[in-house]
Amino acid sequence: MDIRERIAKRVAKDFEDGDIVNLGIGMPTLVANYIPEGIEVILQSENGFVRMGPVPEEGKEDPDVVNAGGLPVTVLEGAAYFDSATSFGIIRGGHVDATVLGALQVDQEGNLANWMIPGKLVPGMGGAMDLVVGAKKVILAMEHTAKGKPKILKSCSLPLTAKKEVDMIVTEMGVFEITPGGMYLREIAPDTTVEKIQEVTEAEFIVDENLKVMED
Amino acid sequence: MSKVVSLEEALKFVKDGTTVMIPGFMGAGTPETLVDGLVEKNVKDLFLICTDTARPNVGIGKLIVNGQIKKLYASHIGTNPETGRMMNEGLIDVTLIPQGTLAERIRAGGAGLGGFLTPTGVGTVVEEGKQKMAFDGKEYLLEMPLRAEVALIRGTKVDKKGNVWYNAATRNFNTHMATAADIVIVEARELVEVGEIDPNNVMTPGIFVDYIVKGE
Repeated sequence: MDIRERIAKRVAKDFEDGDIVNLGIGMPTLVANYIPEGIEVILQSENGFVRMGPVPEEGKEDPDVVNAGGLPVTVLEGAAYFDSATSFGIIRGGHVDATVLGALQVDQEGNLANWMIPGKLVPGMGGAMDLVVGAKKVILAMEHTAKGKPKILKSCSLPLTAKKEVDMIVTEMGVFEITPGGMYLREIAPDTTVEKIQEVTEAEFIVDENLKVMED
Repeated sequence: MSKVVSLEEALKFVKDGTTVMIPGFMGAGTPETLVDGLVEKNVKDLFLICTDTARPNVGIGKLIVNGQIKKLYASHIGTNPETGRMMNEGLIDVTLIPQGTLAERIRAGGAGLGGFLTPTGVGTVVEEGKQKMAFDGKEYLLEMPLRAEVALIRGTKVDKKGNVWYNAATRNFNTHMATAADIVIVEARELVEVGEIDPNNVMTPGIFVDYIVKGE
């Protein structure tokens, strides 16, 4: 299984029926394809609506209905549109149950860096800073390393998106939870070992006594 | 006095150095006719407040490419490589603002508020130079209101008294920008007679709108 698919599938299992979820651009968007049957997840699009649906069929795009990346989407029955201040009131106000984002770096304290690389890449934070601070649960969906280099660090070196807000990290190698008592490895992928994870993880983590296998 | 004016008449309020707010999310909800008019007029050194600079050939992106912007407040510039290039070359003075904070600053500017406290940006570069306050153990940044000399907004349906209805995800920053500028010009995709928009469905009351231009 493609690693992006594995990650997206695992993240999707974390939702509860009725959750309001905001998915970031890129791999997090794939999560929508793997929501388990019988679970209804309400997707929020920060540019101003809830109950976002799938990409429209070719020729049926509506330029007024786009996602936060400006790409055509659809809305499902029961959708609602609103302005940007309301949208971010929903986000900061704790009405979003979970947000799924990518990361350039994350550390064992739950600090996240995903919006700029000084001197190289300065796209801007968009809505990420508000989402990470406001959502009840912050889930990172990310590849474990960047070209073999650890992304899960002791301490982020890039400018932060938010401080101590990350709750969970899902990579192709496993699932981590960040708690006030430290970072825990809760699940491990079937094709790796704890030693292999340690080799590519700079952060210190505790292996859960009841370590589970991350199902594909 | 009729609010309906020609493009040329409306744009006389935008001169070299004017502070302008323009809504839109990757072009959705951006007044394209007014933007094209500004490109044609070629006014320079504008201070532009918007959420993103779209793509080089879309909406606000055209003002960037044409070298008309001196100062920019935005939340995301990554989709328009020209903005980043001009920022790095010192041609545009860019301030990146979290999207929710930007929306709320504009809302505050139009609502007579002296500022507001937000948890977004605490512990990041966004907090630099800002007053921090703590309540019940949670830290907040004091963010100040934003206003402009001119707001160029875009309604899907606009009646001749300036009442506006926005379709789908085009509402975004429109409703708040319409309250936060000295002169508000709305581009009407569809210009209708008074009474054709049910007062229950008016999203921007006509009292906020100074001039109406029929969009192309």
